[in-house]
Amino acid sequence: MTHNLIHLLPEIFLLTAACIILLIDVFSKDLDRNLTYRLSQLALLATAVICMVQFPDVQYHLYDRHFILDPMAGIIKISVILLAMLALLFARPYILPRRILRGEYYLLHLFAVLGMMVMVSGGSLLTLYLGLELLSLSLYALVAMQRHAYQSAEAAVKYFVMGAIASGFLLYGMSLVYGVTQAIHLTDIAAYIADNEASLTLRFGLVFIVVAIAFKFGAVPFQMWVPDVYDGAPTSTTAFLSSAPKVAAFGLAVRIFGYGFIGTLIDWQGLLIILACLSMLVGNIVALAQDNIKRLLAYSAIAHIGYFLLGLLTGTAEGFAASFFYILAYAIMSLGGFGCLIYLGKGIEDVKNIEQLKGLGRKNPWGGLLISVLFLSMAGLPPFVGFWAKLEVFLAVLNSGFVWLAIFAAIMSIIGLFYYLKVVKVIFFDDPEKEQKIVAARGLRLGLGLTSLSVVALGLFPAKLLELCEQAFQYL
Amino acid sequence: MLEQLPVLSLLIWLPLLSGILVLLSPGDKMLVWSQRFGVVVSLAVLALSVWLLAAFDTTTAEFQFVERGDWIPSLNIGYELGVDGIALPLVVLTGLINLLVLFGSTHSIKFRQTQFVAAVLLLTGAMNGVFLAQDSILFYVFWEAMLIPMFLMIGIWGGPNRIYATIKFFLYTFFGSIFMLVALIYMGRETGDFSIQAMQGMPLSGTEQSWIFWAFLLAFAVKIPMVPVHTWLPDAHVEAPTGGSVILAAIMLKMGGYGFLRFSLPITPDAAGAYANLIIVLSLIAIVYIGFVALAQKDMKKLIAYSSIAHMGFVTLGTFIILKLINMDAQSMAVQGAMVQMVSHGLVSGALFFCIGVLYDRLHTRNISDYGGVVNSMPVFATLLMLFIFANAGLPGTSGFVGEFFVIISSFQADWRIALFAGLTLVLGAAYSLWFYKRVIFGKAANDKIERLDDINIRERSVLIILALLVIALGVYPQFLINIMQPSIEQLIQLTSSSKLGG
Repeated sequence: MTHNLIHLLPEIFLLTAACIILLIDVFSKDLDRNLTYRLSQLALLATAVICMVQFPDVQYHLYDRHFILDPMAGIIKISVILLAMLALLFARPYILPRRILRGEYYLLHLFAVLGMMVMVSGGSLLTLYLGLELLSLSLYALVAMQRHAYQSAEAAVKYFVMGAIASGFLLYGMSLVYGVTQAIHLTDIAAYIADNEASLTLRFGLVFIVVAIAFKFGAVPFQMWVPDVYDGAPTSTTAFLSSAPKVAAFGLAVRIFGYGFIGTLIDWQGLLIILACLSMLVGNIVALAQDNIKRLLAYSAIAHIGYFLLGLLTGTAEGFAASFFYILAYAIMSLGGFGCLIYLGKGIEDVKNIEQLKGLGRKNPWGGLLISVLFLSMAGLPPFVGFWAKLEVFLAVLNSGFVWLAIFAAIMSIIGLFYYLKVVKVIFFDDPEKEQKIVAARGLRLGLGLTSLSVVALGLFPAKLLELCEQAFQYL
Repeated sequence: MLEQLPVLSLLIWLPLLSGILVLLSPGDKMLVWSQRFGVVVSLAVLALSVWLLAAFDTTTAEFQFVERGDWIPSLNIGYELGVDGIALPLVVLTGLINLLVLFGSTHSIKFRQTQFVAAVLLLTGAMNGVFLAQDSILFYVFWEAMLIPMFLMIGIWGGPNRIYATIKFFLYTFFGSIFMLVALIYMGRETGDFSIQAMQGMPLSGTEQSWIFWAFLLAFAVKIPMVPVHTWLPDAHVEAPTGGSVILAAIMLKMGGYGFLRFSLPITPDAAGAYANLIIVLSLIAIVYIGFVALAQKDMKKLIAYSSIAHMGFVTLGTFIILKLINMDAQSMAVQGAMVQMVSHGLVSGALFFCIGVLYDRLHTRNISDYGGVVNSMPVFATLLMLFIFANAGLPGTSGFVGEFFVIISSFQADWRIALFAGLTLVLGAAYSLWFYKRVIFGKAANDKIERLDDINIRERSVLIILALLVIALGVYPQFLINIMQPSIEQLIQLTSSSKLGG
């Protein structure tokens, strides 16, 4: 049986490009790795273009149904690539002065993106797992990049151990599911569930899968690694880690819950409700007590995952669209937030404490304004994109009849507002301690400008993106 | 010529875009120009709103100058603007007050002046947006977006305790409005349309109505503010710079009252009827108890802030008393009273905060006990302040009298006891206003600084005289304002009187 490989072109192209860049990098004498960086960006851009050209109008089940090509996969791939490009834009000025192994840094990004692309197109448990592992392995290495920093190593080990356990859970759950259904294809699993009563073993396997996905998202009670890894990893890695992989993990979750296990909605819905409520509660409340801005953003990430799960747990196309919008908006904001921290760092010294942002609004009105816009958007205030994200998930849970969940989420967002305001307060209302001019690379300014501009522009005109998100899930 | 222009959009976007432009301008190098630019833009906004007033058709309750456009078609959220008799006076008030703030109070800001100008312009646009939006989500976007410039205004240019005050202000308001958002989404989902008119027409069961009513109540009660969620107001007022206080008192508080009239009454009439007693009691507590609290204040701004809460009690009383009345005339009189009270309070409290700003600029203290005998050195100022103090106390002939009188008269027809308590304001309002005036203006000069005070300059004088003329005009001939509002008020009463249950 022969297969037409044309549908795999973006993945094949990226893989080939990554291998070639790897070779070039090995023989490169340039200490700054300019060429590697440019080629990586170019490879990502070209892959995005191929994805756009190949954008599928209908759903294809390809290669013995191991690979699904549909609008959802197309949109997630393009957004993941764009986010990764932005992350590289932020990473370059960060790793350059710190002399973090430079060639590999870009390549690991490329492989991570490849993993994500495979993952969101996965039509069987096998492809999903392979994609996830490729992504995770690249991320473990990226977290460990700052080899000489003790914190970075600690974070990497924590992330690796936790991630490996989560992967183990996922595999175990998958094997149980396979044992019951005799199938690894999502469509077969869905067909089995439609025909048969879900057995206890199947549910047992499902719980393991849910736990693994919760691990990857960092939802409470599986969030322990998030603050340490966010704090310990190089800031540029954190920026990447908190954006693109979350979007891809959402793709994984939709493939499993929406395509495979939609028939047992009531089984996983309850679990997700608990995860969502706990994440919103713990994330928001613990974030109140943080002085370290990276940890604050980490806890806010946990809280955001809680809101994000609100859409996912409805199990409807509309809910998935809401969640997708939310995670996209969050990825942009989070990337921008960590990008700002890179921007504010002086020399090779990182911004750690919120106090270090004192008087930024006076010293550097533009920088202050950018961060404030991002933080207010995270708090869900109009006219920024975060508001529409909240509105969408509220709408989704209300549509599914969970009025109490919407009210709970509303209360939690009041708590959330407080710590975001705390940062804005430090930026605008406190007096600067000493004047210091911030010099930032052009790429960094460009990236920051792009993220904040999209936060405002999508806040004013969200209609197009909302429509795209809805189109993505028409083949559920 | 103006007929062809989207006037309502201009009212919103002209100041918003100019505000952004000022923000982008090269800082304090262009200071004078940005201030002039701000004044010109707000003059244009005021001119537009006055033109609106002139071209407004007072015979119909329909929304006028309607603009409709798609915004988020997939959710049926539209860019819908329109103006009726309830919104129009508040739009004109917004234009006027913001012009006066930009003209009269930017000079008391000592640093980052261009950003102050930008903040006022952004506020103008957002506040006009709140009054003009006919789509609930558009309304909510402006309602929340407005908080950001105000938050920055209090936080950057405020007094010593400004950070506490501004965060409290933001959190209180957000606390109220987030539940309103949930309610709006809930209703938008049921009707499939987020326009306010669709929500006013939709049938709602009793339970739904009471949930939605409470969500609205939280949002608007915090904003207006009502007892017991009023505590942010004195803090915010005391810490805010003069311009911020003026905008806060004159316009932002009105949004609560506007919300009650636009959302609570027509959308949840049955629940409003069920909880009317509660609101009326809370209003009376605001009028009587807060009146006493105002009497005890040592800080000038706090005193005026508490008197604002007491005056807003009349707005809520006038709004909700109509559910206790059967007679259409009495009902419309009550709402007229509430509306006149809003406009009048906008003028009077704005003027009073200006006056306090005038004193504060000269002596840098807000303690009443630091003053005394100001009349000797500032006779013109003392005269103008006297007029506003009388208006605050509700003296006939000033605008303050009309609203309170209408509300008291109509509450008599519901229950004489309500009218009795409401009537206490005549004593209390006079007491705290006049006593305040006496302590600050009369008596011996408290210190030699006061003897050397300069009287108000031409800029301050023109601001206060404009406000004074309007206060008197509204007090002598309120019919002009009432004519504009009447059809809309009648329609509102009709909506409120018809049950939405079961339909």
